[in-house]
Amino acid sequence: MTKSKTAPVKGAHPTRREALKTLAIGGGAAALPLWARYAGAQTSEPIKVGFQVHRTGIGAAYGRWYDRTTTAAAALINEEGGINGRPLEIVAEDDGTDPKRGAEVIEKFATQHNCDIGFGTLFSHVVIGSAPRAGELKLPYFVVSEGHHVASGMLNRYTLQPGITDVKSQVQAMAPFVADNLGKKVTMIFPDFAFGHDHRDYFTAAIEAQGGEVLEHIAIPPTETSFTKYFPKIPRDTEVIYHVMVGPAVLTFVKELGEFFGPQRPEMFGFIDSLEAVNIGSPGLEFLDGTYFWEGNPRYAQDNQSDYDAFFRERVGVDANGASVSDSKDVSTYAHMFGCWETLHVVKAGMEAAGYQGPQDRPALIEAVEAMTGLPHSNAHPQGAKIFNGKTHQVFGHQYITKVVDGKLLLVHTTSIEDTFYPDEVDYTTQAL
Amino acid sequence: MDFGPYLMLATLEGAVTAAVLALTASGLALVFGVMRVVNVAHGEFFMLGAVLAWWVTQMLGGSAVMGFVIALCVVPVLVGCLAALTDMVILKRISYDPERTIVATIGILYIFQQVTLMTYGPDARPVAPPFNTRIALPWIDFVDGRLSLYWPWGLSITSYKLAVIASAGVILLALWLVMTRSKLGLMMRATEQDRDMALAFGIPVEKVYAFVFGLGAALAALAAVLIVPIQQAHYLMGGDPLLLSFIVVIIGGLGSLPGAVLAALLIGLSDGIISVFFSPTLAKILATLLVAFVLVFRPHGLFGVRRG
Repeated sequence: MTKSKTAPVKGAHPTRREALKTLAIGGGAAALPLWARYAGAQTSEPIKVGFQVHRTGIGAAYGRWYDRTTTAAAALINEEGGINGRPLEIVAEDDGTDPKRGAEVIEKFATQHNCDIGFGTLFSHVVIGSAPRAGELKLPYFVVSEGHHVASGMLNRYTLQPGITDVKSQVQAMAPFVADNLGKKVTMIFPDFAFGHDHRDYFTAAIEAQGGEVLEHIAIPPTETSFTKYFPKIPRDTEVIYHVMVGPAVLTFVKELGEFFGPQRPEMFGFIDSLEAVNIGSPGLEFLDGTYFWEGNPRYAQDNQSDYDAFFRERVGVDANGASVSDSKDVSTYAHMFGCWETLHVVKAGMEAAGYQGPQDRPALIEAVEAMTGLPHSNAHPQGAKIFNGKTHQVFGHQYITKVVDGKLLLVHTTSIEDTFYPDEVDYTTQAL
Repeated sequence: MDFGPYLMLATLEGAVTAAVLALTASGLALVFGVMRVVNVAHGEFFMLGAVLAWWVTQMLGGSAVMGFVIALCVVPVLVGCLAALTDMVILKRISYDPERTIVATIGILYIFQQVTLMTYGPDARPVAPPFNTRIALPWIDFVDGRLSLYWPWGLSITSYKLAVIASAGVILLALWLVMTRSKLGLMMRATEQDRDMALAFGIPVEKVYAFVFGLGAALAALAAVLIVPIQQAHYLMGGDPLLLSFIVVIIGGLGSLPGAVLAALLIGLSDGIISVFFSPTLAKILATLLVAFVLVFRPHGLFGVRRG
């Protein structure tokens, strides 16, 4: 049909020779490979970011807020003209917080959706399950996971973590505060998978460096729903409980911890993961008053709130208490989700530095991000200034310690970026691209 | 913690698990006993109970006690009616054929789970307990040759957990009375013993089936309403109770109510005690191993009746 329509070019009565010639041209055009058709239009094609999101499974509460933050960041980047003049398109796929599904999703991004990069995963077992496939497919994979697996050298050159700090640097920066202010005899309670093991290994080493000791390690399966049975293992002479828990039962965990101790609780230092997406005013959590938390980014707007944080809150739709502006009961995962926002801005900066045009420029994108160092406190980096280490593919930044006072988390200590440094364990730049 | 108080805490925690498990498993045992239906969707009725309890208390607002009491009365009835409806619409149409009912209930499992995910969402949501006082428990010790009481660190339970144990006992007693003393129970037992003969004596077997399926689901929902102030309602929470109920029903003897209750106590308490002293994984391993032994050495279960 198309061919016969394009045939009458020169007049109402084409000769047989002319008609054949036009047919041949039309046929040739139809047979051209697909890429050639977009050769001129490439600048307006969207840049596709495959967003691996925990919509279901134990990471669902994080996934919902990672999704909202990512959508807000993409909208902002598009308002400001996109990346290299091309719009950013987020292609979201649920990974079910499951490593096997995670690897399949990566494959879908690369082969089915033709995404330029993969992005967004939080739970460390999903990252560890997906990263090898991303490396094989040579798909740049930007994770927002906190796990030490990127900087430890366990993964590959195509996996980067430029938007959120890792557990090793976080706990190392917390240990001096815990030892100086709370006590030196610590009992650790953590989830029994890679993320929890990072806490176990690096905090134990860090507190020993401060002259303290860990009396007992209590590992709890991340799918556990009842916790009291684990608490008798806490030694009687514990001065500080160090707790970090994830999954749908975090509220039960903290409540049962309070019920176990009653009025005689020791000092407590928790990672906010134990209460992410949970209202700190929930019944049964009163005992937390006076306890301390690590926060990646303070949930409650502080007195010294930066304009950048205010801007970030407004764009994502989070109020001063860290809850959704449309539903005050819908508490965000504020200490982690900024990582999605910042990572997308790093991707934008990297693609623009590399003059990214399409999948053939993926190695150039990796090299451009590896070349980054200082990331200043700005609308693109609302959590604070950061320093990126191109060799280990890991970013380093400020950490915040807050105290529960009258049901709110008030900032009591901010670490320096240098507090979070440790010697490089890998140099990914030596690996082939 | 000293051994004595430690064991007491483990036993109390185990008793809460056992109480909830006994309710859930007796529902499964009842359905299997009377209808010979292996209900794989049983855990989803448990989950629906918890989710609806959240929904009811949320809708009513007001005081925690009021909301909880209404949820306790309304939710099992709602879930029971839903189950009776699935029985009439699905299971009856496939003539309760054993293989097809298993496949059908697997389908029902996924439908309920995914519909909950699509409507209620993937969050774990709490229901406020009607009352919840921490009760520190004393322990006896010999001081200078005389008995004296002291309050060990961490040895405590909440009033609500005690109430869960007590109400599970009351409900199971009521169920036993209904089964053995009432006309309804007589009809159910007659249907269980010989379906055709019961039909010949004018027992409306189809209605009994729908009722039993509803009752089984209502028991699971009741257990869930009781546990939801301690844990939280989540769309995947049906998996564990289903697995444990199957373990309990196999150990206790398929279709035997007293067997189910006894096995629930055994599994619940051993789960509590083994998890405290060793590890929760070991508790699961031992429970599964026990099932294997029961299947090998006493295939009809501890209390089951050998059937021809």
